[in-house]
This record gives sequence, C-alpha cells and structure tokens, in this order.
Amino acid sequence: MRCGDFRETYAEDMAIFETSFARRMLFLFLGVLLLLPTFASAFWLDIGNRILIAVIAATGLNILTGFTGQISLGNAAFLSVGAYATAVFAGKWGLPFPVVIPLAGLVTAAVGMVFGIPSLRLKGLYLAVATLAAHFVIEFTITHWESVTGGVNGTSVPPARIGGLDLGGDRRLYYLVLALAVGLLLFAKNLFRTKVGKAFVAIRDQDISAEVMGVQVFKYKLLSFGVSSFYVGVAGSLLGYQAGIISPENFPITVAIDQLGMIIIGGLGSILGSIFGAVFITLLPELLRLVTGSLADSFPQLTTLFASLKMGVFGLAIVLFLVFEPDGMAARWHTIRNYWKLYPFSY
Amino acid sequence: MDFFLQLLISGLVIGSIYALVGLGFVIIYKSSSILNFAQGEFLMLGAYICVAIFTTYKVPFLAAFLLTLAFSVLLGVAMERILLRPMIGEPVISVIMLTLGLSSVLRAVVQGFWGTDTRPYPEIFPTTPVQIGPLPVSQGYLYSVASVVVLLLLFSVFFKYSRAGIAMRATAFSQQVALSMGISVKRIFALAWSIAAVVSAVGGVLLGGIRGGVDGAFALFGLKVIPVVILGGLDSVLGAIVGGVVMGVLENLAGGYLDPIFGGGVKEVAPFVALVAILTIKPYGLFGKVKIERV
Repeated sequence: MRCGDFRETYAEDMAIFETSFARRMLFLFLGVLLLLPTFASAFWLDIGNRILIAVIAATGLNILTGFTGQISLGNAAFLSVGAYATAVFAGKWGLPFPVVIPLAGLVTAAVGMVFGIPSLRLKGLYLAVATLAAHFVIEFTITHWESVTGGVNGTSVPPARIGGLDLGGDRRLYYLVLALAVGLLLFAKNLFRTKVGKAFVAIRDQDISAEVMGVQVFKYKLLSFGVSSFYVGVAGSLLGYQAGIISPENFPITVAIDQLGMIIIGGLGSILGSIFGAVFITLLPELLRLVTGSLADSFPQLTTLFASLKMGVFGLAIVLFLVFEPDGMAARWHTIRNYWKLYPFSY
Repeated sequence: MDFFLQLLISGLVIGSIYALVGLGFVIIYKSSSILNFAQGEFLMLGAYICVAIFTTYKVPFLAAFLLTLAFSVLLGVAMERILLRPMIGEPVISVIMLTLGLSSVLRAVVQGFWGTDTRPYPEIFPTTPVQIGPLPVSQGYLYSVASVVVLLLLFSVFFKYSRAGIAMRATAFSQQVALSMGISVKRIFALAWSIAAVVSAVGGVLLGGIRGGVDGAFALFGLKVIPVVILGGLDSVLGAIVGGVVMGVLENLAGGYLDPIFGGGVKEVAPFVALVAILTIKPYGLFGKVKIERV
C-alpha cells in the first residue's frame, strides 16, 4: 500500500491528474455537467451559467493575485470592459460570437495591461490602491462615454449568434459557457506547467530573487495582468450575452470584492480553489434566499432584512475563512482527500 | 470669484473631515501596517449610533455623542482582539480582504438595524449663517472645522508628550525595539484601532450635522480617504491633514468647474485620477517614509 507521496519521474510530478481514478471521476463529472440542461430547471440553469462565468473570472483573478501576487481591486471594471466590448462588437458591428468573445478578451487584456503599468513601481497595498483607482476611472469613462456605452441607461447585447445558430436563452448559452470554462481552466492549469507560469509564481514568492534568477519581472507582471484580464474579459463578454442589457450598475466595486472573496475562500494560487470559491460565493445568496424563503412564514421580517443578511453572511464567510482556514477550501479539500486516501493509517 | 470662494470653503470643510478620517487610517497603518478598508463603515456606524442614542433615549446630544465615542473605543478594541490578532504574519491580501469582509458585515449591521432611508440629524449647530467677508458661511461649517482643528491639535500633543503616544510612535518605528523596551505591542494595536474608530465616529457625527442626515453613502468616505492618505504619505499624520485639505478643495473645485463639461460625476472621480498621478510620480506621498526597493 502506498503510504505517501511518491513521484518518481518528472512526468509524474508535472501531471495534471495524480491518478487515473481522478481523471475518470472528472470525465464523469463533465458528463453530468453536459447533461445538466436536459433535467435542470430554468432557475438552476441561470445559476449554473452564473457559476461558470464566475469560475472563469475567478480563475483570471487568481492568475494575477493568487499566482503572481499582484492584488487587484479592478476586476469589476475589467468585467464591465469585456461586457461593453461585447455590446459594441456584437450589437453595433453585428459580429458572430466566436469573433466577439476573443476580441472582448483582447480589449480587456489591453486595458488591464495599461492599468498594470503602475505595478512596475508599486506592489502590495499600493498596487491594490492603484487598481481601486482604475475601477473608478473606468466606471467614470463608461458612464460618460454615452455614444458607445449608453451612459447610465446602459446598452443592450444581442444573443450570441453565428450564421443560423442562435445561442439565446440560458439553456443554449450554457453549452458555450461550459465549453469556454473547461477550455480556459485547462489552459490555466497548463499555464503553470510552463516557463511563463513558473515565472509568475517566482515573482509572487520573491520578486527580487526572481529578478536575480533572470525573470524579467516587469514583462511577466504585465503579461500576468494581460492573461488575467483576458479571462475576466471573456467572463464579462459572457455576462453581457447572458444579461442582454448591461449598465454601469451591474459592475459596482462590490463585484470586485466578491471575486476577491471567491479566491480567498477557494484558495489563493489554486485553480481548484477558484472553482470552489466561485461556486461557494455564487451559491451563498441563493441558498440564503431559499432558507429565508422557507422561514418567511414564521419570521416575516426576514424578507425585508434579506439584502443586509446577504451582505453580512458574505462578509462573515470571508472573515471566518481568513481566521480559521486561511488557505481556503482547496487546502481543506486536500486534507480531507489525503485523510481518506490513507485511512485508517494516516501517517 | 464668489463661486470660487464657495467651492473653496466647502472644500476646506469636507477636507477637514477627510483629514480626521485620514488620521485614523494613518494611525492604523503606522502601528500595524494595515490599510483599513472598513474606515468608512466606522464613520457611518458612529453617525448612526449617535443619532440612534439621541432619538431613542432622549438624552442631550452631547451625552449621546460621548456614548458614541465610548462605543467606538470598545469597537476598536474588539476588532483588534477578535480579528486582527489571528492575522499577524498573514500576507497583505488576506489582511485587505479581512477589512473588506469586515466592512461588509458592518454595513449589513447598519442596514439591518436602521434600513436604507436617510435618517435626519438633529440641528446640532445654530442655523443662522455668519458673514465672512462677502460670503455667508453656515455656522456648522465653522464649528466642524474648529472641532477638527482642536482634535488634530490634541492628537499631536498626545503623540508628542503622553506616555501612550510615545509608546505608539516607538511601536511604529520598530516593533521589536518597542517590545524589548517593555511596551505591549498588542495594547498599542488596540489603542490604534480605538483611536481610528473614535476619530471616524467624530467625523461621521460632524458630517451628519453638516448634511442634516445620515445614510449608507457615508461608507463611501472610507474609499475616498484613500487618495488623501496616499497623497500625504501613508505613515504621516501631518500628511493626512495636508492631504485631506488638499483633496477636499481639489474635488470641490474639479466638481464645480468640470461638471458642466463632463456632465456630472467629476467630483467623485477626481481624487482617484489624482491618486493615479501621485502613485506614478511620488508613490510614498508628500511626507511618507520612502522605502527604497527595486522591483
């Protein structure tokens, strides 16, 4: 019986799946996800789409914050850039979605890299503050550039289309979102097996050492901003397609905080963590709604308190995770898995 | 000219409150290297609690105000004891997220207790305006600027001469040295958080008095004070004061003159545009300690 972590070749060390069992389980899970639209209700499909979009955005943020160590509070604004780019490319120019989504990602990547330039001189708190400023500047631009964005009234996004294929509605959009989420997750997982990904991690761990080792810190920081913003832009684009109408109100600073919450609760520097966190934070208000809904008969004041309850539970979840499980759900998952792997001889 | 003077005066008033809240920021940052994103919520909570005590228990306003300050002290100590102590040694992002999570909880508490409507404030300042030169200026403005100046002076004296103040400066200088001199760093942290909560609550009550009511938008003050402290330098008390006044005037002038061109909203974004400029040119602000580090 294997009672430890044996990795005898480099190939094993770099493998995405540690065991073939894990791979088979994953394919099974993907199969279930593919069949989801056949039995899920419209309500749960909408939530499913939102979860998958959140997974993409959280993975993007995790690449920047969790893997490269650059704290960003500008994610809500980058999401809005992706969504508005979609509104322009799909709505005004009438491009099909296979062109629109990558273009929206690229536009967001460009914007993200511009706001990543201060990272040349700033880090930690100061960079967080700079990206906070980026949020307000982008928000102001979107609210006031009325000819393109429609100002505070917002603008509409047509359903995702190519030729005669129309992906309007949650049921059909789901497949597109799922495919993109799986593809982007796979890319992210592989990214950290390459030179670029290792450079990101080196910068996070010790930027000066990374520089000494020959990593061009600024170049890779910018690249990280670019890759991360690309993910967020794609998520924003899908959000636009899903919502149909977007306005600046959809992207307040709290969205950026939600996403930071996802990667904190899920686990910084872990792709699996981004998934866990996105699922958790997206489901939290929905579960809360179900609970308050079922208790509404006995406690009618709960419905009026719902908004503040949602905010409070979210904040509390973050605080509790930080105090009791700073490494997030991914770390807890590994602990649990390892416990059962060696059960009952856990040493 | 009158328009300019009006903008200048209201800028100075808001700036003085920025300075006060900025002082709280700086004290926390100086002693524990934490940027407290929940500062705006401290301000909002203070303003709400003061008016709640005043209207519910029918005590004189001054008594309600003092009770609010006492509550703020407790709040600060509790924050430090329950939340910040487990965060010692954690990375910056965790601590930032902790204060962000905390702000979310505090906002939820305020909303849960008092709802989202604006709550009217009693008239704590006389309403007849005073003539300064050609301009009528509301007395509330004068009182709040005066109280801010007095408070800032008091705190300067406190830092300069009192035992606790000197201990705080020692802790900010070097925690290890402070520890070896017999200073309880934990107690200093608690003191710092209490002071931050108290000055924010004072700022909240003054702001409530000036605006005549308190609502959820008060929490945004916490974010708007960030450009202030960055301009002044994150670890400089003097910087917070100068930065507060400069930012207050800047945002009012920008709002007054540029709003007609851009169609509103300039006042809200101007401090952040300035923030980007400061961060690119002089990241440590006017009076901040320069840490030379190449990355």
